Amino acid sequence: MDKAVEPNSFKTGPDEEGMFGIFGGRFVAETLMPLILELQQAYDDAKNDPAFKAELRELSTNYAGRPSKLYYAEGLTRHVRQLAKDRGLDGGAKIYFKREDLNHTGSHKINNCLGQILLAKRMGKTRIIAETGAGQHGVASATVSARFGLPCVVYMGATDVERQAPNVFRMKLLGAEVKPVASGHGTLKDAMNEALRDWVSNVDDTYYLIGTAAGPHPYPELVRDFQSVIGEEARAQILEREGRLPDTIIAAVGGGSNAIGLFHPFLDDKSVEIIGVEAGGRGLDGEEHCASMSAGSPGVLHGNRTYLLQNKDGQILDGHSVSAGLDYPGVGPEHSWLRDTGRVSYVPILDDEALDAFQLTTRVEGIIPALESAHAIAQAVKIAPEMAQDKIMIVNLSGRGDKDVHTVGKLMGMEI
Amino acid sequence: MATRIDRKFAALKAEGRPALVTYFMGGDPDYETSLKIMKALPGSGSDIIELGVPFSDPMADGPAIQAAGLRALKKGMSLTKTLALAASFRESDNTTPIVLMGYYNPIYIYGVDRFLKDAVASGIDGLIIVDLPPEMDAELCIPAIKAGINFIRLATPTTDEKRLPKVLQNTSGFVYYVSMNGITGSALPDTSKVADAVKRIKEHTDLPVVVGFGVKTAEQAKVIGTAADGVVVGTAIVNAVANTIRPDGSLVADPAEAVATMVQGLSTGVRAVRLAAAE
Ligand SMILES: Cc1ncc(COP(=O)(O)O)c(C=O)c1O
Repeated sequence: MDKAVEPNSFKTGPDEEGMFGIFGGRFVAETLMPLILELQQAYDDAKNDPAFKAELRELSTNYAGRPSKLYYAEGLTRHVRQLAKDRGLDGGAKIYFKREDLNHTGSHKINNCLGQILLAKRMGKTRIIAETGAGQHGVASATVSARFGLPCVVYMGATDVERQAPNVFRMKLLGAEVKPVASGHGTLKDAMNEALRDWVSNVDDTYYLIGTAAGPHPYPELVRDFQSVIGEEARAQILEREGRLPDTIIAAVGGGSNAIGLFHPFLDDKSVEIIGVEAGGRGLDGEEHCASMSAGSPGVLHGNRTYLLQNKDGQILDGHSVSAGLDYPGVGPEHSWLRDTGRVSYVPILDDEALDAFQLTTRVEGIIPALESAHAIAQAVKIAPEMAQDKIMIVNLSGRGDKDVHTVGKLMGMEI
Repeated sequence: MATRIDRKFAALKAEGRPALVTYFMGGDPDYETSLKIMKALPGSGSDIIELGVPFSDPMADGPAIQAAGLRALKKGMSLTKTLALAASFRESDNTTPIVLMGYYNPIYIYGVDRFLKDAVASGIDGLIIVDLPPEMDAELCIPAIKAGINFIRLATPTTDEKRLPKVLQNTSGFVYYVSMNGITGSALPDTSKVADAVKRIKEHTDLPVVVGFGVKTAEQAKVIGTAADGVVVGTAIVNAVANTIRPDGSLVADPAEAVATMVQGLSTGVRAVRLAAAE
């Protein structure tokens, strides 16, 4: 793909049609078209309504626990400085974690769910549906549904139901109905197909609470807006702590919601290097990865045009990642655009590298990160030793890893 | 320019009966068998053929058509081969309209211009692309019209009065009214509501209106056919194919024969309809 002309600002998208350059759009069945137009109207109204903003702020503060902390990861910084020393360098950037793992329900997903449940309420919807991979979005959806007294159905791939068992139980405790989806590899893509099928069948009362910055317009925009609180806080916090902007910010990219949330407020800060980390799985040579931007090509799936893993006939591949939340063959359209404009670099991290970072962070920081977040940490550990000690890096710790202990235990050959 | 679709509806109007539009999945259970199925359709009473293009992620389809697409893909079916199937059919039938039905991505990856050229060469008359609403007309609809291929749009119960003109704007060939909000294979809706909806659409267009989703029997085809210019049957046909296949892939019966029998039955339904003399 040719490099697009560099825009004056990277923050102006999407356009009226929901496009970020050639990406995004509204590729949906006619049945859904009136619904997403209605959603767009409702969101445009809500955005400009002080009462909506006040209610969201109140819930974010006192229910979800915002602002999340910006934590200087001293143990990990010491570790990368030792790595530098071992290589005969005296580098090792200073690493901060944006602690989304400390939010209520344990990840960044609650930011989006609070925003969207308030929208659903405004629109008079009485039933919530959601898709989930790692189960974090399912848990967050079940949580806000319980809080607002709405029934909630969560679609989850059968493979993920198995590898994220603790979250399945949490959702059930919260009163949600978890529907396992057996088609495909039984992962996030399949759950999203099934959620869309539910939505076209229940258009009158149902609100589809999409969990990532993907899907048809206006979802990528509104999910980004609700997640941008991450980057807005982080930017203010680092300015206060260090008196300057960071040199590098890093986040893991599944559908791309935690990443776009961190990145968006920094997009026009030219000095800030921005890195998105995709699931490299077992390597990019075969089909066992989910690095759609590193190894895929543009196509149309789930309502938008974006980078996808697909074959020559335009059939979507299933992909693979050890991390259920990154196990998706596409990515939100804004990331595809940021990739092609060159503003953000997207790199793969392998399953094994993520597992190493998971254990490392647990030992040197006393923080068990989500396997998704461990991908971002792995990239930080990879590049920090080559950077000078006065460089500053922020890594989005998008979630906590309690949900992953079974998966990791199994891979380490331990019985839990 | 009158297309095969226009000519077919004109002929049916003269006959005074609605069209039987039959959907089947290209490449299900394999390429050769599906060619046999396709070739048997007109003789069994099908007026217009909807040729399904398999897609890995058919978001608007129910379990039956999902499974049919996966069977076809497993046997190596592709968009290229679906076009070959149509071309092969055209060698012995130059009148029955063929409408390709599927999702946009395979076409996008094939390349829109190349696709339209090859589709015309293969004798394709129309396209129904589920995930291309009017908002996305620049992608394929406009180029298709320029290439002389009808772009057939779906209207649904959620398409309200305000939206109908937008949906109909670049539609040609016929309008496909999806009689319920749901995925393919769902239950048949209230037929009186269908009649009202067809009437509503006809106030906005002179195009024929066909109705689909949920029709399984000759009796239903007759009832729906009384209210519309055509009846689409899809899931029932796909199920007729599926019922001839054992879990291990071997055949219990001839799929082409099973489909032919089913379509012959359905065609008695549409043929029982005689449009009111007032028409
Ligand atoms: C903790 C955590 N981080 C990251 C992700 C990936 O999603 P996204 O790319 O939308 O942030 C998930 C998804 O389940 C998650 O649970």
